[in-house]
Amino acid sequence: MKVRRIEKGGALKIVVGMRQLADLVEELEVADSGVDIDRDFVKFVSNEWDEAALEEALLIKEAVGGEVVVIALDEPDVDQTLYSAIAKGADRAVKIVGVEEGWTPTRLRAQLLSKWLKSEGDWDAFLTGVQAADDLDGQLAGLIGATLGVPHAAVVSKAEPEGSSLRITQELGGGTLSESVATGKVVLGIQAGRQAPRYAPITRIRQAMSTSTIETFDAQEIDLGPGPKVRKIYPPQSKGQATMLDGDPVEVAEKIVELIRAKGLVR
Amino acid sequence: MSKDVLVINERVQGENPDLTFELIGKAKEIAGILGGSVGVVVIGDLSGTEAFGAADRIYTVEHDALTSGYSSQVWEEAVLAVVESVQPKLILFGTGTIGIDLAGSIAKRVGGPIASYVIDLAVEGDDVVATSQLYGGKLLAESVLEGDTVVASVIAGSFPSEAGKSGGSPEVVSVSAPSSLGSLSLIPGSVKEPDKTGVDITTSDLLVSVGRGVGSQANIEMLQELADAFKVPLSASRPVIDQGWLPKPHQVGKSGKKVKPKVYLAFGISGAPEHLEGMRSSEMIIACNTDPKAPIFEVAHYGTTLDLFDLVPEILEKLEA
Ligand SMILES: Cc1cc2nc3c(=O)[nH]c(=O)nc-3n(C[C@H](O)[C@H](O)[C@H](O)COP(=O)(O)OP(=O)(O)OC[C@H]3O[C@@H](n4cnc5c(N)ncnc54)[C@H](O)[C@@H]3O)c2cc1C
Ligand SMILES: Nc1ncnc2c1ncn2[C@@H]1O[C@H](COP(=O)(O)O)[C@@H](O)[C@H]1O
Repeated sequence: MKVRRIEKGGALKIVVGMRQLADLVEELEVADSGVDIDRDFVKFVSNEWDEAALEEALLIKEAVGGEVVVIALDEPDVDQTLYSAIAKGADRAVKIVGVEEGWTPTRLRAQLLSKWLKSEGDWDAFLTGVQAADDLDGQLAGLIGATLGVPHAAVVSKAEPEGSSLRITQELGGGTLSESVATGKVVLGIQAGRQAPRYAPITRIRQAMSTSTIETFDAQEIDLGPGPKVRKIYPPQSKGQATMLDGDPVEVAEKIVELIRAKGLVR
Repeated sequence: MSKDVLVINERVQGENPDLTFELIGKAKEIAGILGGSVGVVVIGDLSGTEAFGAADRIYTVEHDALTSGYSSQVWEEAVLAVVESVQPKLILFGTGTIGIDLAGSIAKRVGGPIASYVIDLAVEGDDVVATSQLYGGKLLAESVLEGDTVVASVIAGSFPSEAGKSGGSPEVVSVSAPSSLGSLSLIPGSVKEPDKTGVDITTSDLLVSVGRGVGSQANIEMLQELADAFKVPLSASRPVIDQGWLPKPHQVGKSGKKVKPKVYLAFGISGAPEHLEGMRSSEMIIACNTDPKAPIFEVAHYGTTLDLFDLVPEILEKLEA
């Protein structure tokens, strides 16, 4: 590991696992099956934490050189996400095709990505989002790490190159930070990059679409192993907790100020 | 295979998290039904284990690599050593950093199923049934965990902690450190205490809090004006901080500050579990969110689905009048 990195002059090959998710701002309905959301009318967007992972990968490449490869399963509007990653500075994009549509358990995702990572072989770090809104059977970083037998770390807020290693900062909660140093291959779940994800201008995305191609990788037979058997998905029973304040903005503003005044917090 | 329940104490340094006691309380209930016992895994800092009197056994692992700092690899190997020696029916993590870090890899390595973001657990025959939050709390999933060893990672605040606090005198079992700790490639370094400089949002009786719904840094100005009018600090959800719109000390939530003001005003905050963890015990929560299904309304006492851009100027107007 170390030797090879030195040969490349410290340059790193970073793979970023990205995925599409139902936009949380949308109304999410349970499908007739009762065990998935109705995917027909929701808008799919790139997982925000994967975007943070991509940003961190691009920062590493800018610091020490090397290559950033983005990889995703074939999911609604994923091409947009992949081309936009190229527009931001990724060198290659790979799409795993042939996966059944619908809710892909994280465990299956992990195994498919692990197959590709194994076949690719010569990467130094795999970065992905710390979580996705439909993670139920664990988070991707830990599952990929365990599948490949490569150490991993999640809730990472910095991954800074240092010689042939990566210095990892994890958030332990309440603002406490912990550092560790990865001296070999590592899998990271990124919570936030060192800076907010950069923006890809639409012209650059268009350019990426016309000048680059997305590579494909065929999904392989997977023995999924034991996962949680989901028997129903349902909206939480509203406890009817919040009293909704009716009226126009003037009236609601008045009520809010009144509530705060009643607590003695405003004159 | 045993019928034991194993709780992982998520402490690297400082106090034992309240969540551990929540988990011990629930573990006792489940172990009672299964006919097993409750063990707590304590790694690293071994002080303060007397707090775990409600458990039957405390498992420790001692090794030089565990004496300072945190590395996911070190903890994973140590936890796995205990798991392999106890062979529990159920392993309970919290959904903190260590839970997010290890629950999945431990489940994978023991070949058992895992449910994350769990808010409730039950036993049905030989199986554990978990209720989990999905999509930031907009939906719940009920799933059956079958197998000799199953794993759940639980959201803080799901169970009362009192039941996990009553005292007995548990046996302390030292599990021998695995040899894998001698060949690490993720080396623990230093642990840094939180930055104490900047605004203190924890002492204010009233907080004006802003979320991603505000849309841009420029728009924060309006909320700052409102906070100024109330003479209180402006607090925020994590995305506002990660975008660089406000500095870190303003952040409320799991990875920010825990606040408990008399009144918490939430503008454009959806109410993700990680945010709620930091503010749900506020005396009164008033939420403004254009999405009537936003989970924030499940904890708010008062709510409005008005657009914050229509509402905030009117509150300001009212205060200036
Ligand atoms: C390990 C970990 C730790 C985390 N720690 C924290 C933490 O400490 N604190 C924290 O906050 N989050 C934390 N998060 C992130 C958390 O999961 C959510 O992503 C975050 O809380 C969402 O912030 P938000 O509500 O501001 O944004 P969103 O979820 O995007 O919600 C924005 C809301 O604004 C509403 N809105 C939009 N426009 C308007 C308008 N004009 N008027 C009114 N409402 C509007 C929308 O309906 C939406 O509900 C953590 C995540 C992880 C994985
Ligand atoms: N037009 C835009 N569309 C989407 N994101 C943007 C746009 N302009 C800026 N951003 C991003 O929004 C964030 C905050 O931008 P700014 O407030 O300009 O620093 C940064 O991550 C920018 O990259």
